[in-house]
Amino acid sequence: MTRAHNPQLNAHGELRHLLTPEGLPRDVLLHILDTAQGFVSFGSREVKKVPLLRGKSVFNLFFENSTRTRTTFEIAAQRLSADVFNLDIQRSSTSKGESLLDTIANLEAMDADIFVVRHADSGAPFLIAQHTPPHVHVVNAGDGRHAHPTQGLLDMYTIRHFKGDFSNLTVAIVGDIVHSRVARSAIHALTTLGVPEVRAVGPKTLVPGDLRDMGVRVCHDMAEGLRDADVVMMLRLQNERMSGALLPSAHEFNMTYGLTAERLALAKPDAIVMHPGPINRGVEIDSAVADGPRSVILDQVRFGIAVRMAVLSIIASAEH
Amino acid sequence: MPSLSPTPPDAEALYARLLHLVRDMLSRHAEPPLLVGIYSGGAWLAQRLHADLQLPQPFGVVSSTFHRDDFATRGLHPSANRTALPVPIAERAVLLVDDVLHTGRTTRAAINELFDFGRPARVDLAVLVDRGGRELPFCPQLTAATLTLPDDVLLALVRDENAAEGIRFRFDLVRKSASQP
Repeated sequence: MTRAHNPQLNAHGELRHLLTPEGLPRDVLLHILDTAQGFVSFGSREVKKVPLLRGKSVFNLFFENSTRTRTTFEIAAQRLSADVFNLDIQRSSTSKGESLLDTIANLEAMDADIFVVRHADSGAPFLIAQHTPPHVHVVNAGDGRHAHPTQGLLDMYTIRHFKGDFSNLTVAIVGDIVHSRVARSAIHALTTLGVPEVRAVGPKTLVPGDLRDMGVRVCHDMAEGLRDADVVMMLRLQNERMSGALLPSAHEFNMTYGLTAERLALAKPDAIVMHPGPINRGVEIDSAVADGPRSVILDQVRFGIAVRMAVLSIIASAEH
Repeated sequence: MPSLSPTPPDAEALYARLLHLVRDMLSRHAEPPLLVGIYSGGAWLAQRLHADLQLPQPFGVVSSTFHRDDFATRGLHPSANRTALPVPIAERAVLLVDDVLHTGRTTRAAINELFDFGRPARVDLAVLVDRGGRELPFCPQLTAATLTLPDDVLLALVRDENAAEGIRFRFDLVRKSASQP
C-alpha cells in the first residue's frame, strides 16, 4: 500500500488515524515506538502530566466491553491533559436504535477531536474515519477480528525493550490466531519491522494453513512452535470459541497448547513470555509461567500507556 | 535590517567567555547552582562547562518538547525528550544554559518542564548568544555575546567531537526554508 492511498496517513505521510498496522510504513511504526520511549519514564516526574493535548476532547467509544484498554487510553489521554469522555455506548444511543454514523455526528457536534473506538464489527473505525472532518482523528481500540493496533504496537515496544531490535528474532504466537485481532496486528507489525521468523502455533481449527499468506510459519505442534523462540506471545483462549466445534475443551487445549514451565524450556533460555490479558490461568498459561521471571505481562500494561500517549500525541499533531 | 553576515560568530571564543562568566558567578555562591542545559545545544554547553569547571555535582538536561507552544503545527520530535535531572531540584538554585536565546519560547517551555520535577529556589539563564527578537519577557543573567540577525536566519550550534583538541563548537548560519517554520 502506498502512502498516498493509505487512509491512515495525510498528504505529508503523517499518521492522522491509527486503524491497523497493516500497510503502515516501517518508519511510521518506529516513530511511534521512539516517541513512546519518552513517555515511559513519566513516573519520575513530580507532575505526571504534560500539556500536549490541552484543550482537546478525547471520546472513548467502547461498543464492546473492555477494562484494560479503555483505562489505559483514559490514563494516556489524561496524562497529555486532554479532556476525556467515556461513553457507555452499549447502554445508550445504540440500544435506542441510533446508527453508528449518527452517534458520531452527534459527538462531533460536541467538538470531539479524537475518537477512540472499540467495536465488535470489523471495519467500524474505518467507517468512522471516512466520515469525520479532517481535524478529527480516530484510533482503533479493537474492531471485531480485524485489528488492535495499539496492542500490536505495545507488543512491539515490549519486544524491542527486552530484545534490543527486531532483526534476529524468532517470535512464536500461540493460541486462537484466526479469531484474534491481537495476533493479526502483531503479525503485521512484526513482519513490517523485519522479524525474520514469526510462527503461528495452535490447532488446525484455530491456526489454518492459509495464515502462511501473512508471512508466518504455521506450526500445529507446540514443541516445534516453541523451539528456540526468543519471544512467546500467548493469546487468550476466548471462551466463546469453546461452545462451537473448534475446540473440545479448555482442559484439552491446556494439555496440548498450554504454556507450562516444561514447554517454555524449549524456547531460548532468555525468552520472554507475553500475553495481552486477561489471562486464563491453567488454560493457555500456567500460573508458574505467568508469574515467573520471564513473564513480561505487566510490563506490557505499563508500556501500553506510553504507546497510547505516543499515538494520541502523534495523530493530534498531524496537519489537517 | 542588517544583511546576513558572511561569517558566523566564533563559537569557541564565545564559549571561553561564557566559561569565564559562569566560573565567576559560581565563585560568588556558597552553594553553587545546579547546571541544567536545554536539549540539545544547551546540554552540550552544560556538559562541557561541567567538565571544564570540574564541578563535583552532576549537570542536568532539560527538554522543551512537552511544553512547546508550536506542538500542534510542528509535532513531537521523538528524540527530543531527554530531560534527565540527576538530583532533586526542589529548593535548589538552577543555572539554565542554552546556546542561542531568540524569541524566548524555548526557554519558557524548558522552565515549565523544570517545574514538572519540583519547585526550584531560583532559576537564572546563561546563553552563548542573545540574538534579540524576544517575544516573551526573558532576560539572561549571563550572555557571552549579543548580536542581531535577520528573522529568517537560523543560528545553529554544531559540535565537533573529533577535533584534535577534544570537543569543539562552531556556529552555522542557515537560512530557513519556507517549509521550516
